[in-house]
Amino acid sequence: MSDSAATLPQSLRSIQDDFLALGVNDRLQLLLEFSDELPEVPDGIVPEDAWERVTECQSPVFIHVDGATDEPTVYASAPAEAPTTRGFASILVQGFRGLNTDEILAVPLDFPQSLGLEEAVSLLRLRGMAGMIWRIQRQLSQPAAG
Amino acid sequence: MPLPTDPSSATHDYAHPERLVSTEWLAEHLGTEGLVVVESNEDVLLYDTGHIPGAVKIDWHTELNDPVVRDYLNGEQFAALMSAKGISRDDTIVIYGDKSNWWAAYALWVFSLFSHPDVRLLNGGRDKWIAEGRETTREVPAPQAAEYPVVARHDETLRAFKEDVLDHFGRPLIDVRSREEYTGERTHMPAYPEEGALRGGHIPTAQSVPWAQAANEDGTFKSLADLKAVYTDQAGVDGSEPVITYCRIGERSSHTWFVLQHLMGIDNVKNYDGSWTEWGSAVRVPIAKGDEPGVAPGR
Repeated sequence: MSDSAATLPQSLRSIQDDFLALGVNDRLQLLLEFSDELPEVPDGIVPEDAWERVTECQSPVFIHVDGATDEPTVYASAPAEAPTTRGFASILVQGFRGLNTDEILAVPLDFPQSLGLEEAVSLLRLRGMAGMIWRIQRQLSQPAAG
Repeated sequence: MPLPTDPSSATHDYAHPERLVSTEWLAEHLGTEGLVVVESNEDVLLYDTGHIPGAVKIDWHTELNDPVVRDYLNGEQFAALMSAKGISRDDTIVIYGDKSNWWAAYALWVFSLFSHPDVRLLNGGRDKWIAEGRETTREVPAPQAAEYPVVARHDETLRAFKEDVLDHFGRPLIDVRSREEYTGERTHMPAYPEEGALRGGHIPTAQSVPWAQAANEDGTFKSLADLKAVYTDQAGVDGSEPVITYCRIGERSSHTWFVLQHLMGIDNVKNYDGSWTEWGSAVRVPIAKGDEPGVAPGR
């Protein structure tokens, strides 16, 4: 816990604070807001074959990291029928915005467990978000694979 | 007081048409006193993105399971859940959900462990309701706490445990998972790596009948004649012997349990909810691999 707090960038820490300030049911509503806010990826921004499937998630979710600059951009795509997965993706897309490569690589994989969502969402479902973080970090550390 | 049954379900010759309602029937009866609509999905947030007006959410993961032990709620916990959702013992419950009603059927099966008298499934589930352009809302009802008696959970008639399966060899077993899971190529569903098992394959003698063989394209159930062609002619389930269904965690096999029990009228059907996540990780239980059901182990 102290390790996570030490390396967590301000953007992710403020998302964490927002969740923890709420009761269990309201945390789910906040996750729904994130889900609603997941930005649409305009056609042509990410080549079809550059999307990576996050197999840790039960629903079809795809991510792509554009690491061409030192402020990488994370793109995510998940269907409306998978709002929990969309919510997780949206937290990362928003929370990683403006961070540099090293800051993203330092985000701990247990960040999802620090949002107080276990009770409302269940641990099993949270593992999907850890899978997204891991894949985003791997795309940045092994750019050739993307 | 239970609501009238949906006459349109009777046209399919199902054994228990009173267990099924159509989207038309539900739309007509929404708001009727004594009717509670329950949405139960794989995705815990899907209900919150829009649901049938007046429906309450019940999540299989966080609400139907015991939080510690791998088991279902007990009688007290179930009564508290029903009370909080505004459900009385004499209410008619209609359950619907995503993924062609997998989790809705699972919830219906759990409700049946507590013998709730009148619990029905919405034929075609959430997808059909939405495909037909019917009304949805994000407004979450705040039901008044209802009186629900503490009723003991009865596992004996509907639920099979690993030991029951070991004693069952020689009688029909239905494996509801995908072909790849049945043969042992995969130890989990393609998109569900976290719910895997240590070994791949199937319980020896189990017939492979993936759940989708019971459903039409739109997620509604096939006609009785078509169901008999699948379960009786192909898989040998004719009601003369007890049947056990299983899948990965018991949700898809609840769908098949519903088909056998309520649509085909087979009386002695149990769902093995431990399913492959238990069997495929248990020590020294027999496993068959490949396309063939395999033979019953000697005892």
